[in-house]
Amino acid sequence: MSTTPIVNISALNKWYGDFHVLRDIDLEVGKSERIVICGPSGSGKSTLIRCINALEEFQEGEIVVDGIELGPNLRRVDEVRREVGMVFQSFNLFPHLTVLENCTLAPIWVRNIPKKDAEATAMKFLERVKIPHQANKFPGQMSGGQQQRVAIARALTMNPKVMLFDEPTSALDPEMVKEVLDTMVDLAREGMTMLVVTHEMGFAREVANRVVFMDAGQIIESNTPQEFFANPQHARSKLFLSQILR
Amino acid sequence: MTDLSASPFVRQNLVAERAAPTKTTGFIGFLRTRLLNSPGNILLTILGLLLAWYIVVPAVRFLLVDAVWTGKDRTACLAEKAGHEVGACWPYIQAKLAQLIYGFYPEAQRWRVNLTYALGAALLLPLLMPRLPAKGLNSGLFFFAFPVVAFFLLHGGGISGFGVSWIAGLLQLFEQSIGGAGDLLVNLSRSSAIAPLLWVVGKVLVLVGVLIHWLIFPLTWLRDQLQASSLPVWGDFLVTAVIVSAVMFVLGGGVRTGRRALLGSLLTFAGIAVGIKLMGLDHGGFPIVDTRLWGGLLVTLVIAITGIVASMPIGIALALGRRSTIPLIRIFSIAFIEFWRGVPLITVLFFATYMLPLFVPGNFAVDGLLRALIGVAIFTGAYMAEVIRGGLAAVARGQAEAASALGLSWWKTTSLIVLPQALRYVIPGIVNSFISLFKDTSLVSIVALFDLLGSLRASFSDPVWTTPTTAFTGFAFAGMIYFVFCFGMSRYSLFVENRLNAHRRH
Repeated sequence: MSTTPIVNISALNKWYGDFHVLRDIDLEVGKSERIVICGPSGSGKSTLIRCINALEEFQEGEIVVDGIELGPNLRRVDEVRREVGMVFQSFNLFPHLTVLENCTLAPIWVRNIPKKDAEATAMKFLERVKIPHQANKFPGQMSGGQQQRVAIARALTMNPKVMLFDEPTSALDPEMVKEVLDTMVDLAREGMTMLVVTHEMGFAREVANRVVFMDAGQIIESNTPQEFFANPQHARSKLFLSQILR
Repeated sequence: MTDLSASPFVRQNLVAERAAPTKTTGFIGFLRTRLLNSPGNILLTILGLLLAWYIVVPAVRFLLVDAVWTGKDRTACLAEKAGHEVGACWPYIQAKLAQLIYGFYPEAQRWRVNLTYALGAALLLPLLMPRLPAKGLNSGLFFFAFPVVAFFLLHGGGISGFGVSWIAGLLQLFEQSIGGAGDLLVNLSRSSAIAPLLWVVGKVLVLVGVLIHWLIFPLTWLRDQLQASSLPVWGDFLVTAVIVSAVMFVLGGGVRTGRRALLGSLLTFAGIAVGIKLMGLDHGGFPIVDTRLWGGLLVTLVIAITGIVASMPIGIALALGRRSTIPLIRIFSIAFIEFWRGVPLITVLFFATYMLPLFVPGNFAVDGLLRALIGVAIFTGAYMAEVIRGGLAAVARGQAEAASALGLSWWKTTSLIVLPQALRYVIPGIVNSFISLFKDTSLVSIVALFDLLGSLRASFSDPVWTTPTTAFTGFAFAGMIYFVFCFGMSRYSLFVENRLNAHRRH
């Protein structure tokens, strides 16, 4: 693993009205690093990764993604979003477009790639997530697991340097969790930089370089998965782990 | 009772599928399960049949059985002459059909109206059939070329210049109005308390006017040269075509990728040239038929189609504006929508027709039909905005987020992801507005425009056709025409809805 930071978050603070959601967040993510962010609900995990591609604005601090600075004014949003792919809990595929159109929309309209080339690239990524034969279906005709894999393929067609996953398996039936996690494991093996908000501790153990535990808008503990699961330091992390790892 | 859990069961033979009992399917099943399945329903069935009997039978008698089909004047439709009770007087409709369709449009020129109808139908029908190709070209022709052609066909008249003259004229008007305002202020400053301020502002405005005058001088000079030439329209046309095509070529990417843009521009201008030549616009065009002479179905269709076509973009813009995060745009949209929704259409039409001319200077007189058109379009646009806003609200937030996360700008997110979904949700509401607009066109008859209903009522006063059933016949006929159009829109919208919602079926 190289140590060049590709995402650098420093002194990030965010409020929703009077509510202090993110407090003094400092986080450095190296190239090809896989970070799992966990914590109780409402702890600000999703808000944190949504700040990285500016889906949420923030009031203080700075985020640098691959040398592109993103301050509270969010001036370089478009540049950042082109480098960062995102996968959502509720998939958010475009229901009025076919799977293939979902995957070619952004390359065609953002990167101005000719339609034919965009389709070829999209098919390549659909093969990687193992659903090339469904390319002409509409998202509503597929299972949740298939939809989420299409969503991953859609994000990959933009050749992002960083992938954000916001609870990618939480809306899935237990049977389908595995197919999505397998796709993510493959992606990790290929060296993608990933920030994953998830409760799948098995995934964290298997692929993460680091587990970041958050509570009440701050980072409580950050450690390798082996250390974090075997030997949590903070009382809050101990309590959290004892509750989810029964 | 036996213990259920204690008796294991394994099926040995699978049961084959059988047809349902005839009692529950088909006509008998329908009778039994829907019409006669309870005393209450039996009563309702009988009442329904009675109601149908009392409505359908007299209607058929009036429209078909007792109707008079031939005749030259009112006497044919009198009971004494016909020898039986007289229903609809169809020869009256036959005699007045031309008036109902064209109004007072001069008879010798009515082929122009027919040609417009034919052109409109020829462009609209392929647009409505999803199978047919070239939707882009087709909609371009229908939404942009057809209105212009229809104007010159229906109204008549020609053009004295083209792009260069028009733009030069507009800019000159702008320059003159700024200079005029400046002069006015300078004059006012002689008798005012804040004289120095007025004087300074006035002088600045005059200066700006002079500046604009010199800035646009090349354009006005070109215009004067062109107008002085022997073929002003064609000269101007040629210059405009060259300038626009060159700009398209450069914007399209120059030598590398600009060929398509250049070709498109040249083809467009070639089409325009053919249009100008065919209609003889360069030497006066067709004889002018004042809109006061238009009437009947012509006016109804012109108002309805213009209203439908214009209200969509107005509605979309206002709906997006109302959801905007920019306060000025949002407040403007809300105020605009609420104002136009809060005022009755009759008031709008009345104001546009009788009050507006009192406020604007004389040389700004706008045609009466055009004023009604603008009123109807804005009024419907405000309604449309609220319908579309409902659709926008129904699109999940995650859709726009996912699009932004892929790097799409606000405009692209809105036009590619949010609007297509929002509009599909509200097709029934949109068509509802269209239908209501189509019928509301009859309100223009109170501002001295003779639409279908207005022409009909005007024809009642003809003594040649005064019979006891003239009015009933006329209204029945007008009702049928309105129904055909509105029902057509309704069925077509169902078809579109089913087609567009293919992705929601599994």
